[in-house]
Amino acid sequence: MSKIEALGIDVGSTTVKLVGVDAQGNLAWSHIEPAEPRIEDQVTQFLDRARAENNLDESVPLVATGYGRGLVMQATRKVTEITCHARGIYRELGHGGTLVDIGGQDSKVIAITSKGDVIDFAMNDKCAAGTGRFLEHAAQRMRVPLEQIGPVALSTTAEVVISSTCTVFAESEVISLIAHGASPESILRGLHRSLIKRIVAMIRTVGLVSPLMLSGGVAQNKAIRKMLEEETQTPVMLPKHPQLMGAYGAALMGLKQDLSGF
Amino acid sequence: MTYQRTPTQDTLRYQWNVNVIGKPALRLNRWLAQLRQPKPSPYLAPPLNITPRTKELIARHYLEGRYANLHRKVAWVTSGAPAEILKALNFYVLYPENHAALCGAARTVVDIATEAENAGYSRDLCSYARTDIGALLSGKTPVGKLPKPDLLMACTNICQTVLFWYQAVAHHFRIPLILIDTPFVYTTASDQAINYVWRQLDAAVPIAERVAGDFLSSRKLEQVTRLSKLAAELWMQIIERGKHRPAPISVFDQFIHMAPIVEMRGEAYTVDFYAALLKEVEQRIAKGISAVKQERKRLLWDNLPIWYRLRFIAEKLGAHGVALVVSTYTNAWAELAPMFDPKNPMASGARTYLHAILNRGTGYKLAMMQKMIADYQLDGAILHSDRSCKPYSIGQMDQRDRLLRESGVPALLLEADHGDPRAFAEEQVANRLEAFVEMLGE
Repeated sequence: MSKIEALGIDVGSTTVKLVGVDAQGNLAWSHIEPAEPRIEDQVTQFLDRARAENNLDESVPLVATGYGRGLVMQATRKVTEITCHARGIYRELGHGGTLVDIGGQDSKVIAITSKGDVIDFAMNDKCAAGTGRFLEHAAQRMRVPLEQIGPVALSTTAEVVISSTCTVFAESEVISLIAHGASPESILRGLHRSLIKRIVAMIRTVGLVSPLMLSGGVAQNKAIRKMLEEETQTPVMLPKHPQLMGAYGAALMGLKQDLSGF
Repeated sequence: MTYQRTPTQDTLRYQWNVNVIGKPALRLNRWLAQLRQPKPSPYLAPPLNITPRTKELIARHYLEGRYANLHRKVAWVTSGAPAEILKALNFYVLYPENHAALCGAARTVVDIATEAENAGYSRDLCSYARTDIGALLSGKTPVGKLPKPDLLMACTNICQTVLFWYQAVAHHFRIPLILIDTPFVYTTASDQAINYVWRQLDAAVPIAERVAGDFLSSRKLEQVTRLSKLAAELWMQIIERGKHRPAPISVFDQFIHMAPIVEMRGEAYTVDFYAALLKEVEQRIAKGISAVKQERKRLLWDNLPIWYRLRFIAEKLGAHGVALVVSTYTNAWAELAPMFDPKNPMASGARTYLHAILNRGTGYKLAMMQKMIADYQLDGAILHSDRSCKPYSIGQMDQRDRLLRESGVPALLLEADHGDPRAFAEEQVANRLEAFVEMLGE
């Protein structure tokens, strides 16, 4: 394994991601764990472990991103997820376009130029509508494991309409649909559709420039990609590790010689 | 038998509380404030030297208000109302919107607005309306006490909410309400529209006279209009000094020092105040003092301020060398200055108040922002999508897109509320601001 020259940590609302890159900016090492309420302690332990595992000393730069970035005391630099996801994806996929990042707490649509610069972005409103939390809630209610909701939703062609994009209201809607005997598969499909419609509205705000790219934890859900393609009539590109793109972009920015392509 | 105070006793009580005790106490307060060293900020210039005087002016205004019922007639008016007529009739004029803004800055809105919500007013209503109605129902206010109105004047040039808000107040106090209806202006106002408003102003005079118990003197009206014009012209010059690089004052400074131009128009001391402020701004330019110590990027602000987080946003942007240089909102009290004509107060008043920014098409605001971007050499714009101010926020989505496409500057839509912190998500606002600053580049 090549030597790690910089670390990037993405402290999200659902998971904490840590990525190490080598001098050429290749993703050399990564680790993900669920976010805990005591972020500061978790991050310290997480970093200690990563450093011990890879024989890294304190001089390796660390760039922090994500909602909890303010709590990463060891960070040499702190950058927002928008810039980091854009850098990560640009380096990974090699071109600009429209990036959709669906995270646990918020979703973003980011316009990236052919040179890799962020020129515009849109984020979901103050509520959890259009975020991973929306599906997480629904999965719990339907007693379907989170990793399974995508395949379950795709296993049927029947689809019920969920009119609410609000997480709380959608949950009440789901309860009454269950009471009316709708199948869990069709409800899950409807919930995905509702989320995607919300995302498509955000894409329109920024304006869709091909290709459409997807990052963030929710990108691992196959139904999301499929429905996004259906709704936008545009193929969606996915990096190898969509969930790591924020931490990867952060790590790239930690390299002495910026190799993120800017 | 109840004890009735005589008018002489009331006047004496007013003079004692306001002129003998209150004003000297406020003056002393200002002197003490002038001696204190403000806490230095690593990113921002110290507050303007005039700040203690601004605070004194505002405190004095509310002190006079507190005892005004003992001494003179009181009118409550909307921010875009032709208050010159009332000033000329010697009304004490209170601006509930300013009061609510003050509650916002004092962070008392949630407590006071809840009183209105408990009485059945929806949380979807403007937070200014909820705050003032809450204050009226509960007596809660950070300024001590608000005077009871004898007359109300609402002008629809800022929004339609004022229509029913003021009707509710009129019903509560059982007092007359003068409504001035201003037809929407898409480009420039037609003669019919001006005549229509002019006639309403004419019709308002006898009502105001009856409440005042006095006749309107045309000489006094001319004088008040002239003072309004002078203050607005000075305010315009102060704003225009922001064209200087680096900008001597920021939009945040303008938010703090705009209270007199809104609620003390038509007074000689307001003209003096802005003359002094202009002088200080020019001194800052001469001495090379800038609002943001390391000004790197310059932005525009659209819509009302987020009153309860002024400092937070100023520091957040200042830390990255980003200065808010000009705003469509503070400019609203400057851009109309040339329209005031003291020789023709009624006709020019009709024209002036018809052309308030919120009474004009969204294309007008877009063109104004584009002009500001060119004139002030701006790098971007922040459009505050204000949950409470729908007329100001409508069209911002398209305006944002067109700023990006036509003027080539990035623009950020920031969701919040001018008064109610319950509609404000600090973490998300901070994140958007930071991402936007990163996007602006080095």
